Amino acid sequence: MALENILILAAASLLWAATFRNHGRTWFMLIASVVVIFWLQPALPIRGADFFTPIATLVLIVLTWFITADDATRKQRKNIIILTIVTGVVLLLNLTRFLPTDFQLLTASRPPQLETTLIIFLITGLTLLAFSRLTRFSASFLTFGLVLTIGLFLLIKIPALSLWLASFLRTLSGQSLTNVSINDFRWLGFSYVAFRLIHTIRDKQSGRFPSVDVGEFITYVIFFPAFTAGPIDRLERFIKDLRAPFSGLNLETFYSAGQRLLLGLFKKFVIADALALIALNDSNATQVTSTFWMWVIVYAYAFQIYFDFSGYTDIALAIAQLLGIKLPENFASPYLKPNLTQFWNNWHMTLTQWFRAYFFNPVTRWLRSWQKPMSIPMMILLTQVATMLLIGFWHGVTWNFTLWGLWHGLGLFIHNRWNDATKAKAAAWAITPARQAALNISGILLTFHFVAIGWIFFALSSPVTSWQVILRLFGVN
Amino acid sequence: MKQEIKPLNVLIKGLLLFALFNLVIAAWQTGVGQLSLYNILYPGRERLPFGENPKQSYNLSLFDLDAMFASHVIAGTPKTDDEFRVVIVGDSSVWGTLLKPEETLAGQLNADTLNACGKTVRTYNLGYPTISLTKDVMLLSYAVQYNPDLVIWMTTLDAFPLEKQTSTPLVANNEEKVRELATSYGLRVEADDSNFEVKSFWQKTFVGNRRAWADFFRLQIYGVMWSATGIDQVYPSEYEKAQTDFETDESYHDLTAPLTEDDLAINALETGFRVVGETPMLLVNEPMLISSGANSDIRYNFFYPRWAYDDYREIMTSLSERNDWTYVDFWDIVPANEFTNSAIHLTPAGENMLAENLAPYILENCK
Repeated sequence: MALENILILAAASLLWAATFRNHGRTWFMLIASVVVIFWLQPALPIRGADFFTPIATLVLIVLTWFITADDATRKQRKNIIILTIVTGVVLLLNLTRFLPTDFQLLTASRPPQLETTLIIFLITGLTLLAFSRLTRFSASFLTFGLVLTIGLFLLIKIPALSLWLASFLRTLSGQSLTNVSINDFRWLGFSYVAFRLIHTIRDKQSGRFPSVDVGEFITYVIFFPAFTAGPIDRLERFIKDLRAPFSGLNLETFYSAGQRLLLGLFKKFVIADALALIALNDSNATQVTSTFWMWVIVYAYAFQIYFDFSGYTDIALAIAQLLGIKLPENFASPYLKPNLTQFWNNWHMTLTQWFRAYFFNPVTRWLRSWQKPMSIPMMILLTQVATMLLIGFWHGVTWNFTLWGLWHGLGLFIHNRWNDATKAKAAAWAITPARQAALNISGILLTFHFVAIGWIFFALSSPVTSWQVILRLFGVN
Repeated sequence: MKQEIKPLNVLIKGLLLFALFNLVIAAWQTGVGQLSLYNILYPGRERLPFGENPKQSYNLSLFDLDAMFASHVIAGTPKTDDEFRVVIVGDSSVWGTLLKPEETLAGQLNADTLNACGKTVRTYNLGYPTISLTKDVMLLSYAVQYNPDLVIWMTTLDAFPLEKQTSTPLVANNEEKVRELATSYGLRVEADDSNFEVKSFWQKTFVGNRRAWADFFRLQIYGVMWSATGIDQVYPSEYEKAQTDFETDESYHDLTAPLTEDDLAINALETGFRVVGETPMLLVNEPMLISSGANSDIRYNFFYPRWAYDDYREIMTSLSERNDWTYVDFWDIVPANEFTNSAIHLTPAGENMLAENLAPYILENCK
């Protein structure tokens, strides 16, 4: 989100909370979230794509709600009202195509013909109707939803598939394939949307899914402060806040949210953006010739990415707080942690927790359930590497993200084994505060540098360049 | 005891402090630009900051002359007894478009390790990529504070037209400095020159002048990348070669033949000599591309029809003789194939030819 987007959203939230208090708060959050996904979606070279992509997000969310909601909730009349209003909002946005260009402020480009949008809504409506009339909901629907979401995720994250998708959409819209590129189709916020949808489907499968109406569900998935950069909240926690009576903004909340917002803006737009000018990237990776300066730009990247992510988290938490929603914390001084395990417990915490809950723990349980379980170290190696590889793929299915995942997976495994082997000795040695501090500081430095070197794979696009940078860091030309 | 927060008080105090801060900034105009991380944390730049693509060139254009000079290597190089200090001013050909710092005229002269009157010649590149004599005079007025032993002023006819004097952004955004030169040295500037960006009091506050502040900070930050890479401009692998075929066009600005001194900003040239005072100054007519393509009998190159340039050379020769200026005319010393993307931008080999030709004059002018 750009600075002006953030300021407008914060001001709107503040105004609503201060003026209307609990009246229509959930409606405000729902409608604002729907508008924001159109507003923030960047312009795409494929005709109409920047309007249809948010629609696809909404359709996917509604379908997911439909297959996860229980019968009683699904049949509630208010869902039809909510869907009608959401549809109305989208159609109103579509109608802005008739406004002069200067007034088309809510979409990246001029919205497409209304007919196409109506056809999409009609098909969605008929699908929902068919679903509800023709069959009882079974586990296979949930599996299908899961596969569909993961499939779409892969379509966007795997460069070869993204290129195919871009070519397909260009052909569909009658555009030339001459300049087709994997960047043609950028589905804003889909990574986070997919995670929330997978979370709800999995919770439904395990019987933990709470009963929510379609409005609550849409608001949860695309809640505008957290739509683009997280954190990834859990539905049952989110709806508690959403349903709790909101007595309006008090001074304490205002100060707390205000401070957090200013801190976030400072982190993102002053520190991170300034560091971005000197941070490691594909261009300067090969231009820097000295070891010293290579370390400087790697450090700059390490801090830039931290202040960028954590700044956005602060902003999201602050805006949500104005509306009475307490989103979960996402960063807790990760670079001050003395080992890699603690680093990951404090870096992008909601993402890590998501993977722990929906991948690491189930896989570990499954491996343990084998008749002849593998050895503990082997199990740790397998699960940690697999988890970190998946986190890497979440950012993009490329060799560099694979290496980044592998780097951290192996790092976690090595730390686990090292910790196991030396725990007793370390405790025996660190018997004075000075020794404890020495151990702690050396751990922090080691962990930070391990993470910083890992960022090289994250920041760059080619393994060869990444390797060259690493060699340069250690004085090898 | 926890003190109760009074929001109105906080708001009023905050606004007052913010207003006060802005007023202090607006009133206190002196020398923030002189504070610099260059020459302290990282080395000074070999040429003045200029760049329209900061992300690739690690350099940017700004208008704060203090900040520009403070980032230059000359600001961090105390003159030693054995240094014969030469500063070169001029346009983009001196600054070195498409050239690495060591390939520029100053870089090549430094590589020659000349010895003048028993001192080592150290040359500083103070060229800047726009063509205007007034801009050069403004930079000269800064250069003299670094106590040069010799000034080389590279120029060409296109720096002389009257309408070009203040239109270059660096001059247009330094109205006060130019007016100061008018008062102190008789530089001719129109009282109501519309080219100047005259700042109101509001535009001098921190908020009103935020772009300049941002540029100042970005210049400091890009010092890291300059130090790390030695890159200060984009070096494209391919560029459009200088034009050699022309239309049958004899026009030159709005001027008509014959060219006279009144058509040109001779006053700026004279002011330049007054600014440097006793310091010897070498006025050099810089090399240019002499085309042999279509209609080259009418035009020498993209910039000049033959009539205008021939008249200009005559004017410069007689003017120099009349004023006893040391004037060197290098207009045709570089062959056409040693120009890059412009009729005045030289290849490294072209710069080397220029440096070889210029070196004897430097040695002659030492005292």
